[in-house]
Amino acid sequence: MTGVGHMLRSVLSFYRDGFRRMTTGRILWKIILIKLFVIFIVLRIFFFKPVMSGLSPQQKQTRVATAVLSAP
Amino acid sequence: MLLSIDASLIDWSRAQFALTAIYHWLFVPLTLGLGVIIGIMETIYVLKGDEFWRRVVKFWMKLFGINFAIGVATGLILEFEFGTNWSNYSWIVGDIFGAPLAIEGIVAFFMEATFIAIMFFGWEKVSRNFHLASTWLTVIGATISAWWILVANAWMQHPVGMEFNPETVRNEMVSFAAVAFSPTAVVKFFHTVSSGWITGSVFVVGVSCWFLLRRREVKFAKASMAVGTAFGLAACFFVMVSGDSSGINVAKEQPMKLASFEGLYDGSEHAPFTIVGPLKIPNMLTFLATHKHTAFVPGINDLLNGGYKLADGSTALSAEQKMFRGRRAMTSFAAFRQANKQGNMALAAVAEKNLQNDMPYFGYGRIQQRAELVPPVNLVFWSFRVMIGLGMLFVLLFLVLTYLQMKRKLNDYPIILYIGVWCIPLVYICSEAGWICAEVGRQPWAIQDLLPVNAAVSSLQTSSVQLTFFIFLAVFTLLLIAEIRIMCRAIQKGPEMSGETKI
Repeated sequence: MTGVGHMLRSVLSFYRDGFRRMTTGRILWKIILIKLFVIFIVLRIFFFKPVMSGLSPQQKQTRVATAVLSAP
Repeated sequence: MLLSIDASLIDWSRAQFALTAIYHWLFVPLTLGLGVIIGIMETIYVLKGDEFWRRVVKFWMKLFGINFAIGVATGLILEFEFGTNWSNYSWIVGDIFGAPLAIEGIVAFFMEATFIAIMFFGWEKVSRNFHLASTWLTVIGATISAWWILVANAWMQHPVGMEFNPETVRNEMVSFAAVAFSPTAVVKFFHTVSSGWITGSVFVVGVSCWFLLRRREVKFAKASMAVGTAFGLAACFFVMVSGDSSGINVAKEQPMKLASFEGLYDGSEHAPFTIVGPLKIPNMLTFLATHKHTAFVPGINDLLNGGYKLADGSTALSAEQKMFRGRRAMTSFAAFRQANKQGNMALAAVAEKNLQNDMPYFGYGRIQQRAELVPPVNLVFWSFRVMIGLGMLFVLLFLVLTYLQMKRKLNDYPIILYIGVWCIPLVYICSEAGWICAEVGRQPWAIQDLLPVNAAVSSLQTSSVQLTFFIFLAVFTLLLIAEIRIMCRAIQKGPEMSGETKI
């Protein structure tokens, strides 16, 4: 086995053993995954679309300049 | 549509951002503070080779992991809000804000993600020294992350190292060093991080007090308390020194914020420091703000009326004069864009020169009434007192506990132990009060003097911002309940004084 291959196996077994031996960590990982789902799927897709995505740099400049120059 | 941005949209957008930032800020200080304490404890373990200290480290590391797991990624929501709710701001700040945040993301990801795994999974896999190095590198990674976040924040409080490009409508970085090492960023970093150290210390001391009150894990609790109080006292010293530097910096760069901290309407050369109500320390504010015995500290009315002498010998402008120059900057900006569009480069050059002349007052062009320049004084004034008052309580707590430890009388004064436990929620209130001082105190500015929040906000439906506000409130409340329950369960279980402690 090559040195790199051995190192990769060691790293993989390091993480595999670590995850297997988790106790409280299991519930924490569930919470993290639910949280990431809520943040990146629910919030990002349905509620937090960048309002200027899809605009060209020129359109963005015009939009922001108009916003800054317009009376509050 | 852009003309119809109403106050309620701004208020709800600000409330949403504040809710997210305040929630995120519940986790960061404990990560910064508890991380250092774990590092100290593990260093003791490696130096002494005593298994007892290894078990002490593992207990606190478990609580560190719970806090880290619940807090992780909550800061990302703030970045979504920049793109959605504060899109004008995001465009105008350009790469200045993006660069520190990108560095933070890379450092946080590579350092924290790599070494935190070794912290938790590596006890039986790597050598003691390698594990100790991993623990410290995780802490250093978190602290460096804090540096870049605070560099970005400090730039909003005191924009430096950039030039406004009217063609792209963006601020462009001209000096990375000026942005990364601005005096505001440096004092903000040291003050914020050392306040996190206090949070970690109070947390360790409070939990140790709880064990002592229950007469459980006495040796463990006393050992933890010894580290917590010693580090807490050192952290208090750093907070006081950096707080003093921060006071000087705020007085110079954000005098309206300082006047709001003090509820000072009419300035003087011998300004007193208000404790509460009529209780004042004569001359103290002048000294804290300038390190001189006699120097004019402007109040809110002075800042609005102008006319007083500035440190450089010039005369301060009134709010109306600044607003006039701000409108003139806006006119020059519009003239530049028009000339540029028509290809009249000579006229564009003149307009740009005029714009750069008035640029320091650019944001004042969006201010309609001078009253808009005054932040919510009552909220800032009382938040400042809560922060300082609780900070003093923690100094006293650490001193008393150090004395009782030295005299071996910890168990003779249960009331002190109860106070120690109750200081855990108080340290969070103190920390959040500090955030309110820094962020509410700089209103109405998203970027000091350059961009007020009414120009920074995106034109959205107020109802959609309200909806996401309440979604966040529900999600954050659930996550917080989950954290407190998991944390309390881990504390009640106590340290595993034999065998393997796992997370």
